[in-house]
Amino acid sequence: MTGTAVEARQRVRARPPVRAVRARRGGRVPDGLTGWGFVAPATLIVLGLSIFPAVWAFLLSLQDWNGFSAAEPVGLDNYREMAADPDLAAAALHTLLYTALFVPASVLLGLGLAVTLNRRIVLVGVYRTLIFLPFVVSAAATGILTTYLFNPQFGLVNNVLRVVGLPQQGWLEDPHQAMVVIAIMSLWGQAAFTTVIYLAALQDIPAELSEAARVDGANPWQSFWHVTFPQLAPVTVFVAIWQSIQAIQLFDLVYTTTRGGPLQATETIVYYLWTLAFRELEFGYASAVAYGLFAVTLAITIGVTVYSRRSTVGGPR
Amino acid sequence: MTLLATPARPAHRPEERPPRRRRRTAWWHLVLVPVAVLFATPFVQMLLTSLTPESEINRFPPRFVPSSITLDGYAKLFGETDILLWTGNTILVSVVAVGSHLILCSLAGYGFARLKFPGRHVGFGLILATIMIPTQLLMVPTYVMFARVGLIDTLAAAMVPWLASVFGIFLMRQFFLSLPAELEEAAVLDGCSRWGTFWRIILPLARPALATLAIFTLLSSWNDLVWPLIAINDPNAFTLQLGITNFQGARRTDWSLLMASNVVATLPLILFFVFAQKQFIATMTFTGVKG
Repeated sequence: MTGTAVEARQRVRARPPVRAVRARRGGRVPDGLTGWGFVAPATLIVLGLSIFPAVWAFLLSLQDWNGFSAAEPVGLDNYREMAADPDLAAAALHTLLYTALFVPASVLLGLGLAVTLNRRIVLVGVYRTLIFLPFVVSAAATGILTTYLFNPQFGLVNNVLRVVGLPQQGWLEDPHQAMVVIAIMSLWGQAAFTTVIYLAALQDIPAELSEAARVDGANPWQSFWHVTFPQLAPVTVFVAIWQSIQAIQLFDLVYTTTRGGPLQATETIVYYLWTLAFRELEFGYASAVAYGLFAVTLAITIGVTVYSRRSTVGGPR
Repeated sequence: MTLLATPARPAHRPEERPPRRRRRTAWWHLVLVPVAVLFATPFVQMLLTSLTPESEINRFPPRFVPSSITLDGYAKLFGETDILLWTGNTILVSVVAVGSHLILCSLAGYGFARLKFPGRHVGFGLILATIMIPTQLLMVPTYVMFARVGLIDTLAAAMVPWLASVFGIFLMRQFFLSLPAELEEAAVLDGCSRWGTFWRIILPLARPALATLAIFTLLSSWNDLVWPLIAINDPNAFTLQLGITNFQGARRTDWSLLMASNVVATLPLILFFVFAQKQFIATMTFTGVKG
């Protein structure tokens, strides 16, 4: 994914950055031992904690195992069970709802904030700091803050509503609102990320472009949507994919606010997966669900990338 | 682009800046002030609540600002709970994570960027491919693996996953690729070994990339919750995040203590952010850190 971020930004630039000369001319070639000596420790750790368990997870997904008794091979039964699991379907629906709330909002918020912060006005540094600061706050801390701010009895949000004369809400205790609250607090914590990415991209766009548009008589709104925004298309695609993957994997904030409640209204796929694995000890079935999630993530990434490549051909750029 | 092909007001001269532009910027504050207030409110609430006397928190109607300020929440937090132990645990985990990341990832990044050895393309390709694997897929087998070697319920369980990362290797490799190769060639020609060149010539040049890497690792390891939650059930080995999450269930109504613990868990990173903002932003630009 990091590669995509860098590539996306580089595609935005008008001029490709000058690449350092990489060719090694005639120098001594160190023997394989030195090379592996450099890379082996990190490589072993990274592969040992990813590829090895990933393969193991696949084998587990073909078994019925609780971690203690003997594992029983069940073939593809776990995957068949997934199709008929109403809890999984519900969790998928909740995850979809959160994704639909969070991704467009975070992309638009990031874009809006970046455009606003990308100008030389007094105090812009202070605004930036305040908007970026939530990014360093952990999910655990955000969870405690959320339960306090949105507490129906004494929380700040209901208190403000009371003062301005609006009806009190249940927030995290209301099955219809809990996910919205989680999305709002995710936005608070993550707006910095999309904003920073868009800010960097905006600074890569040559100022002459929008100046030319203004000279040609476009108003600021037209010049933004017809000149600046198309330039940002690769970044928008990257940010949308990235935030979707984050949204699909939502767990932390659910755990630290509602623990899946009320009435399982905030039980996301990963929360369900965690319950299966570490509460019900269904290691086999949980691994199958994890592979299902993996497949969906992969499909979205590939789908969005292919679609955006195709639709930008002959587009405004 | 077709829109721009029809000039509406060709009389405009490009060199001339519109004179009203400067005054217009004032309007942006009308947008930015409310946004900044919204973003800052949770922090203000966190601090105020941590200083509010217990009797005032649950009263109705609630007050926006406490009538008096007390350190009771902090006294209780440090006196009655293991917060200091957990803070120590988290500091230990983060120090090991950052130290190990800086050493192992810069070694590997340099190796993959500059050295020729059999299998380097396959190795780096495999490492990059693992980006696609979601961490949720790895939870169960990693837990079983750690249980078999006796790491569960130890602080080491929280450290091992942060010893090195794809992000770190990739970041350092990209950085070393951008350095001119002549630097090290000269050193090698002068009889310096590869290791010597790396430690004496290359690494001192890599400070900006190392700063980015250190921030990424600090932020991720300090704030990590999911993995410690799975791997550690022993309160003596709790990390700070795990400890304060646990408070939520155990001390549900003890809001001044809860918020005081929030301040303790968050303040170090906030201070760090304020002082190293530029590097933080560079880190965020390079990738999405929060996972």
